[in-house]
Amino acid sequence: MFRSRKRLLAAVLALGLVVTAGGCSESGGKQAEEGAAGVGAGKASTARITIAMVTHGAPGDTFWDIIQKGAKAAAEKDNVDLKYSSDPSSGNQANLIQSAIDSKVDGIAVTMPDPPALIPVIKKAIAAGIPVVAINAGITSFAESGVLSYFGSDESLAGEAGGTRASEGGYKHVLCVIQFQGQVQLEDRCNGVKKTFTGKWTKIYVNGADRPSEQSTIAAKLKQDPSIDFIITLGAPDALAAINAIKDSGSKAKLGTFDFNPQIPPKIQSGELQFAIDQQPYLQGYEAVDSLWLYKANGNILGGGKPTLTGPFLVDKQNVDFVGKFAAAGTR
Amino acid sequence: MSQTVATPAPPARDERLGRRSALARLLARPEMGALVGAIVIYIVFFIVAAPFREATSLSTVLYQSSTYGIVAVAVALLMIGGEFDLSAGVAVTSSALVASMFSYQFTANMWVGVVVSLVVALAIGFVNGYLVVKTAIPSFLVTLGTFFMLRGLNLAMTKQVTGNVATNDVSNIDGFGSAQNVFASQFTVGGVSIRITLLWWILFVAVATWVLLRTRVGNWIYAVGGSAPSSRAVGVPVNRVKIGLFMAVSFLCWFTGMHTLFAFNTVQSGLGVGNEFIYIVAAVVGGCLLTGGYGSAIGAAIGAFIFGMAQLGIVYAGWNPDWFYFFLGALLLGAILLNTYIRRRAEASR
Repeated sequence: MFRSRKRLLAAVLALGLVVTAGGCSESGGKQAEEGAAGVGAGKASTARITIAMVTHGAPGDTFWDIIQKGAKAAAEKDNVDLKYSSDPSSGNQANLIQSAIDSKVDGIAVTMPDPPALIPVIKKAIAAGIPVVAINAGITSFAESGVLSYFGSDESLAGEAGGTRASEGGYKHVLCVIQFQGQVQLEDRCNGVKKTFTGKWTKIYVNGADRPSEQSTIAAKLKQDPSIDFIITLGAPDALAAINAIKDSGSKAKLGTFDFNPQIPPKIQSGELQFAIDQQPYLQGYEAVDSLWLYKANGNILGGGKPTLTGPFLVDKQNVDFVGKFAAAGTR
Repeated sequence: MSQTVATPAPPARDERLGRRSALARLLARPEMGALVGAIVIYIVFFIVAAPFREATSLSTVLYQSSTYGIVAVAVALLMIGGEFDLSAGVAVTSSALVASMFSYQFTANMWVGVVVSLVVALAIGFVNGYLVVKTAIPSFLVTLGTFFMLRGLNLAMTKQVTGNVATNDVSNIDGFGSAQNVFASQFTVGGVSIRITLLWWILFVAVATWVLLRTRVGNWIYAVGGSAPSSRAVGVPVNRVKIGLFMAVSFLCWFTGMHTLFAFNTVQSGLGVGNEFIYIVAAVVGGCLLTGGYGSAIGAAIGAFIFGMAQLGIVYAGWNPDWFYFFLGALLLGAILLNTYIRRRAEASR
């Protein structure tokens, strides 16, 4: 028994070695990857400070990863010790902000997806003498909460930009694909599309945590209503599922998406995707840290009490080559 | 006092061997209730949703069901064997990530990544099973732990290796095409495109059914799920059976992970959370008992079909999307009630 098992093991290992030795790929892979240069600048000579960034981002989402990259780049330049934490549930996010107050950080950057749940703890931070800026979500309530500035996109405005663009293309019936239920900023985007789109508007909810399911659901919707000739997805990975769904259902619908990731530019170049509406998450993360540093170092406040918009920034065939190379480096 | 002398029944047959009608025997099968439920839901959507009637729609429903159903087959076997695996949903993503990142980072042929990923997946299943049998902690808790660990590993390893939270595009690596043919191709029959996952699903269900009903291992699975101590007493290798079942789950998770990878080229590390419950739902709707010792692989397949059909049927019917999960829940509850009712009737008629 043991002997045969050992032999089996040896055979498997040998097979593995043979396969590895002869199994190199001629194309693609790491060897083909270009050395992507990140954004880098010198380093400030100011004293080292600690800044906490507390978001509602789901771990493992491309979008939040880019926000973090922007924040890290600014932190390195400004001699800042950045503490990032996140929790999609607003109660937990409030606790994370409280723990940042408890650890007496020098500044806090927060997202405000659920203002009523977060404003009390944000006010507590301000009362404790900690400067706070808001990013990404909370454009309507940042002033009320007393934070210094807001860096982000206006979701409704972004939606309206998408709706206008689709109308200009002469499309008659748009389908808005929402990948998570009950998130204000996603609903805002779809409603923005509805506001400016001249034709018929329909929405659908899909399971954003399961690609095959997402793909079949979109394909089913296209089948159910063949008059749909334009699809707008609210996240970059969801656009990839929609591309497959269009192929599956034999629909002639065209596609546009919100947000950006390294897979998006090639799809715009190939024409499978008409446009992507970027809100420049890198800029949101970067500005959050940089503005807190400026406030500490020189007393500056950006925005004059008004939101500082990082989007919508529309990427299409015209400018995709310029933006695409930054996306490939994972910073757009 | 009248003395009724009971006429003794003819002693020729033992009542335990009594013949039941073919219909009663059929209705007593674990999957029958689910089958009736599936037919009812099918008829409902056939009536209310015009696009649902087309063959291409059925093909989409079957594809969706197969992506749940393949893992659900093994999850059902494991449940019959008396255990749960909550790590199954994210293990699918882990497999896809390992294969993709291995091939990309080492610029190796795609098939090398596929094999490495299989080894890793089987190791995960082995660890799950080994911890459950050696510590005697309920599998619900052990796999809850591995669920969170894998979730963290998926994200942390992907960031460590690629610097991003999604893997790089691997579609131009050697062997991608042939692997795609195996795991994620489609072909057309009479104008309807059929996904290869459907064929694999049927194969896996057939193999699992054969194992359960025709082999000694199948008897062992029912026995360890019914009562582990008594089956140990009669010489069933309980630990090996359970570890084997956990490895079967991780094998089919690996398979589904390969499908996801080759259908979409890139994998996001946060995918798969929540699907572990869909697999368990499919097994339970299909007639498996949560307590173990009872159920079937075909039932789990029908359960997955019910789930996929309900999920897409609501879309085909064009019902208000805000109410989607309410309808989905109501349909599943209806299917389970019907299932339970039919099983009780079948048992009462014995």
